[in-house]
Amino acid sequence: MQAVFTTDVLVIGGGLAGERCAIEAATDGHDVVLLSLVPPRRSHSCAAQGGMQAALANCVKGAGDNPTVHFLDTVKGSDWGADQEVVRIFVDQAPIAVRELAHFGVPWTRVRPGKNSYFIKGERVDISEPAEKVGLLMHRDFGGTAKWRTCYAAAGTGHAVLYAVDGEVVRLGVSVRDRMEAIALIHEDRRCWGAVVRCLRTGKLSTFLAKATVIATGGYGRIYGQYTTNATINEGMGAAIALDTGVVPLANMEAVQFHPTGLMPSGILVTEGCRGDGGHLLDKHLHRFMVDLEPEKQELASRDVVCRHMMEVIRDGRGVETPYGPHLWLDLRHLGEQHLTTKLREVYEICTEFLGINPVHDLVPVRPTQHYSMGGVRVNKDGQAYGMTGLFAVGEASCWDMHGFNRLGGNSLAETIVAGRVIGRRVAQFARANELDVSTALAVRYQRQQQKRIAGWLARTRSGPSVYAIRDAIAETMIRKVGIFRTGSELEQAVEELSKQLRLVDQATLRAKSPGMNPELTFALRLRGFARLALVTAVSALARTESRGAHARTDYPARDDAHWLSRTLARWPQDAKEPVLSYEPVGLIDLPPGHRGYGKVESVDMTDSVEEYNACVETAWRRQGALEPVEPIGASMQWGSWRAAEAETEQRRRA
Amino acid sequence: MIEPRHEASGRKLRFEIFRYNPVDPSSHPHMDTFELGETPYMTLFIALHRIREEQDPSLQFDFSCRSAVCGSCGLLINGRPGLACHTRTADLPDTIRLHPLPVFKLIGDLSVDTGSWFRQMAQRVESWIHEKVPFDPKAQEARMDDDLARAIYEGERCIECGCCVASCGVANVRPQFVGPAGMNRIARFMMDPRDERTDSEWFDVVSSDEGVFGCVGLMACHDICPKGLPLLEVYAYLRRKMLAKVMTPLAREAEPSKRQSSKM
Repeated sequence: MQAVFTTDVLVIGGGLAGERCAIEAATDGHDVVLLSLVPPRRSHSCAAQGGMQAALANCVKGAGDNPTVHFLDTVKGSDWGADQEVVRIFVDQAPIAVRELAHFGVPWTRVRPGKNSYFIKGERVDISEPAEKVGLLMHRDFGGTAKWRTCYAAAGTGHAVLYAVDGEVVRLGVSVRDRMEAIALIHEDRRCWGAVVRCLRTGKLSTFLAKATVIATGGYGRIYGQYTTNATINEGMGAAIALDTGVVPLANMEAVQFHPTGLMPSGILVTEGCRGDGGHLLDKHLHRFMVDLEPEKQELASRDVVCRHMMEVIRDGRGVETPYGPHLWLDLRHLGEQHLTTKLREVYEICTEFLGINPVHDLVPVRPTQHYSMGGVRVNKDGQAYGMTGLFAVGEASCWDMHGFNRLGGNSLAETIVAGRVIGRRVAQFARANELDVSTALAVRYQRQQQKRIAGWLARTRSGPSVYAIRDAIAETMIRKVGIFRTGSELEQAVEELSKQLRLVDQATLRAKSPGMNPELTFALRLRGFARLALVTAVSALARTESRGAHARTDYPARDDAHWLSRTLARWPQDAKEPVLSYEPVGLIDLPPGHRGYGKVESVDMTDSVEEYNACVETAWRRQGALEPVEPIGASMQWGSWRAAEAETEQRRRA
Repeated sequence: MIEPRHEASGRKLRFEIFRYNPVDPSSHPHMDTFELGETPYMTLFIALHRIREEQDPSLQFDFSCRSAVCGSCGLLINGRPGLACHTRTADLPDTIRLHPLPVFKLIGDLSVDTGSWFRQMAQRVESWIHEKVPFDPKAQEARMDDDLARAIYEGERCIECGCCVASCGVANVRPQFVGPAGMNRIARFMMDPRDERTDSEWFDVVSSDEGVFGCVGLMACHDICPKGLPLLEVYAYLRRKMLAKVMTPLAREAEPSKRQSSKM
């Protein structure tokens, strides 16, 4: 049976980015079909504990904040790898986006009247919040920011936001198809027309044809196996099917963020809010090492900096040895039972439920763990994929690119909503301006190809490796050789090992042949894409001979703005054995590269002037397949606005 | 899954797992038995993945976040509904019997369709804010007392895992019953001053046998809830509100305004 469905907009992925995008398209009157591996409320967005950065300046420690200060923090955090225009769009829209969520019903934590007790750099501080701010959205402190800016709903921001946004999706009548997986994009002559979809209830195939297709499938942390905070569903299949087209590039795949506080041994995330609220990191001698290593920011330096210090301490033999490998301690005891059981309740529950320890009295075992994929499907500022009309990407699955080589805490959840609104509007405009002018024969052809692929897996009888053995081998290579610290020789080994695993995919055999969704077949269909994502990550990391943000090369420790102020693009041409890399400028530069204010200082300066660099951006992007955005490149820049903000912040800091 | 393989307790665990694949005409409901050596920190998340990857790759079950926030992995564990991901084998006897949650449609083995159930519930109780005014992107956010925000967040903590529904004597026999999770949703919106629905409007949804007065008071939901939601108080709150509604004119005194009556 060849089931073919049509719609205006097909959104692949039911997390926050996909849902917010669907709302925008549905509000504009389009028919929207939203596919999700799980019921949308079970998407990984629900696990975001921390919050959303938006410069509202509602509390005393946020005084003087504005979108430009947020812009400065984000560009510095990205180690100048971000597209500064996209950052500008983001910081300007973030306050509106969080207020809209309040309107949707998110129970944001509010400014409380009178004296409030906070922990700042380990000290208890009493601050009186002014009466005129009482009841507005409260902020908490997150790493890498000049101000308290992160809006939050107790310790379950992602959950609360996802439920509110999904409520809107239900209200608008978006056709949500859960347990449905897009396994191939349908495209012809660089125009995308939807996807071939496999039902995870019955195993049946169908095709969904659409004017506009949106990839919103989140990150690919599972290529790191158990060494990730990501959910089991975060296998990056949206990025993988985009790569399969042969023309759409993935960008900055080497930019992988590790989170300082993944819980041992399962990798469950313990929120940055722990450090924001005053938690300490200790070595095995219970010494607070971050005070020595980063006297200014201490535990609140940006994530990449904290992770690298933690790994150095572990390499020095100051980690706590366990059968699962070494770890460090997170000390929350001084925050007290009241604080831990209310403001950090989810953390408290994770410790008691999963480890059987009580953070009120016990130290929490943590280690740096893969957390976030800065890289993804390369899109222009409207969310349109390079090289493919009608295909969009949004959220963690995309490289928009506001995070560059390091994302700040509180900026990813905010990105899902802000980008969902901005890109959703562009998707709606695109769907309005275009017809569904496609032959169903194309759909049938693509569906047959996938049927053949499935039949191939089921028919393979010779004895080969299991799909899980290949997956585990990939994960071991990734954490050992493409982890926090990278060197050329290890990366070369990684590329070799991953290439071998990719070749093995074609020999792997299934043991389960049962009809229906067949969990082993379901994973097998992802395996080639999974191996390709890992290989692209390693190849990109090997090629980039500098250190920038989360990409730390011990053999090239300096950030090299003379050669590497660029974005990596990786394509996988049809039938090629390996990816092909190319590079493009990061975007128009307003804030020139400088010191981040934390972390290493070593860097090689740009040889071009900023003006020379900026003059080449548009042509270089077009050459890489960037589509024309609705508004010209640079239209949202606010040239030079950062100067006043930086001067003001500096003045306040001195005072 | 790369889990440490060494033994901890030395216990040999025996898993008896319900099997049935409705898509396969040759499949019939039955129990399969698997043995597994217990490892340190072992949870049912770790155990079920090991069984699938080492012993029977056709075994169906659901996980996503594996940190008790996504609500995917509700199961009957030795007859009691609970989340598999945060159930430590150390807390269980040598023999562990696993069944899919009742009430929900079976997808296969331990996997059930909670998504469709909760979606119809969301449509039925209109689980979104019925706003009083349209969103103004230029305006400052409306103020809210932080204690009220916290109270709403309490109700918002439900992860829709379905354990309460599976444990509910009424939901097991009356498909139309809105269920404890549904009641909790309703209470969450009733106390939210941003929602314009009045108690009279809620009365139609809540006051029938399919709503709060259908509950026969076994309160297994309250005991079972993996997130520790105070469902007993939720029911009491709703009954109180509904009684106040019918007992006019006393109602006017008992229910001065949404804002003040928000604390459960």
